[in-house]
Amino acid sequence: MKILSRKDRSRRSVSALMTSLTALCTFVAVGILIVILSYIAMRGISALNLRFLVDTPRPVGEGGGIGNAIVGSGLLLLLSCVVGIPVGIACGIYLSEFGGGWMVSGVRFLIDTLTGIPSIVTGVFVYAVIVLRMKHFSAFAGGIALALIMIPIVARTTEEMIKLVPHSLREGALALGAPQWRVTLGVVLPAAASGIATGAILAIARVSGETAPLLFTAFGSRFFPRNLNEPIASLTVQIYNYAISPYDEWHAQAWAATLVLMALILSINIVVRFLTRQKFS
Amino acid sequence: MSDWRKRLSPTGNSGDAIFRAAMFGTALLVVTIVVAMIVALAAHSTLSIRQFGFGFLTSREWNPIKGQFGALAFIYGTIVSSLIALLISVPLSLGIAIFLVEQAPHYLARPITFLVELLAAIPSVVYGLWGIFVLAPFLRVHVEPHLARWFGWVPLFQGPITGIGLLTGGVILAIMVTPIISAVVRDVLAAVPNTQREAALALGATKWETTLVVLVNGAPGIAGAVILGLGRAIGETMAVTMVIGNRPEISASLFQPSYTLASVIANEFTEATADIYLSSLIELGLILFFVTFVVNAIARLLVWRVTRRTVAA
Repeated sequence: MKILSRKDRSRRSVSALMTSLTALCTFVAVGILIVILSYIAMRGISALNLRFLVDTPRPVGEGGGIGNAIVGSGLLLLLSCVVGIPVGIACGIYLSEFGGGWMVSGVRFLIDTLTGIPSIVTGVFVYAVIVLRMKHFSAFAGGIALALIMIPIVARTTEEMIKLVPHSLREGALALGAPQWRVTLGVVLPAAASGIATGAILAIARVSGETAPLLFTAFGSRFFPRNLNEPIASLTVQIYNYAISPYDEWHAQAWAATLVLMALILSINIVVRFLTRQKFS
Repeated sequence: MSDWRKRLSPTGNSGDAIFRAAMFGTALLVVTIVVAMIVALAAHSTLSIRQFGFGFLTSREWNPIKGQFGALAFIYGTIVSSLIALLISVPLSLGIAIFLVEQAPHYLARPITFLVELLAAIPSVVYGLWGIFVLAPFLRVHVEPHLARWFGWVPLFQGPITGIGLLTGGVILAIMVTPIISAVVRDVLAAVPNTQREAALALGATKWETTLVVLVNGAPGIAGAVILGLGRAIGETMAVTMVIGNRPEISASLFQPSYTLASVIANEFTEATADIYLSSLIELGLILFFVTFVVNAIARLLVWRVTRRTVAA
């Protein structure tokens, strides 16, 4: 075996050291994830029971639950989907099917900008435009704030997914005499549907964890929602209010509510991961 | 057919015209929303802009009772907490991305990538909850006393130790931006052509030296990833609000409570009864909007330069 010079040896040990350091970095990140998730599971399970899932909040010492917050979060997500998903998909179609002129690039740039805007600023905007005008907090305002966060995510995944559809498919349909709109809606969109659905579901997962834009749009409530034109509770705002409260009982409830929220978000992420893996690999 | 109708429907089909108009209209709606955002934020902050002018940015006085408002303490808190976050997360993210792209075998890289991405799926408020009850006590007991003992001669690490303050805010931000930065760096490294690696290896470079060549190649994209992370750290709200202490003060020590632009809005918006108070808070939102806008635009330009170059090649 060739004998290495001292310089070569040190080069090799530097290489070995640095490569193991990168592995360590990865280990740290995964470790943090495991620590956070196990804390949520541990602290959450002890305060979780069926009553907690269906009851409304009560004063300290009387128990209470997050039933209204679960319903409220569900309604807010529904509202945001009704507004956000169609608008997002339409934007995605515009970005991918309408050529590459300066206007399309400009719209793409603005949509990317919208992604980068802090969600709290979105909340301030919706407050200024909707809440101030209606003079009260409402589920509508909260749903629209969430939709504004959803639109750019859905738009960009729709664009990427439509671009994956082979050109021969479009050409075939056009050659048969179909007008452009029927080609897009009847051929291209169905071909990209599963990818678009994946993007939309991930956008729902992302939005379901948002708190900042709801603080002064949906605000919060101690009761089950009766109509969408009044303040409404949500899981995330409830977690926030309980976490910063001085009471141990509410802290425990915050962990339990977090467990419910994380169960939703993690299962969405894992299911989507599993489905796309079978499809693309 | 008149000119505008031809542009709407090059094929002369009226269904196409309606479809194109609908899609174009929706895209226009999104453009309008962004413009409306700027207009609404500016309109609602005119009261405070008129009263305080540029002094708003340089005054550290934030006194709702006296009606005196200045943003300096929040700007300071935002910058320092974001810098702490980058200081921790940039080396960490680079390590993760290098490991996943250059070293890890395929069967290991895929699941680990998913796990690191899961960190990004955890909501801000959950990080905040974990920060209050786990991270802050941990830093108070196991980290901050040691920092004070060894580096106590630096003003950064002096003063009472509470666990709630700039340092904790910075650490929680670091955890939150790491998956974002590492994801972009991973894309950038993967976009560096393999010929670069092969050339370095052929010249006798070690694995690490080859990695350095790849890093230099992707440098602008990596810079973009870092700036993208900075944009995220600046705008992050809930987790920071819950652990930073929420006191509008500027102190040299990282152990002291502070306040950021985003967290003061989250914390005081519903309490703001006076017009000038609300207007000042909305002006903070306007500042936040423009800062993140510029930061994101720069970041996207840098990342785009690297990934585009290699896609074309």
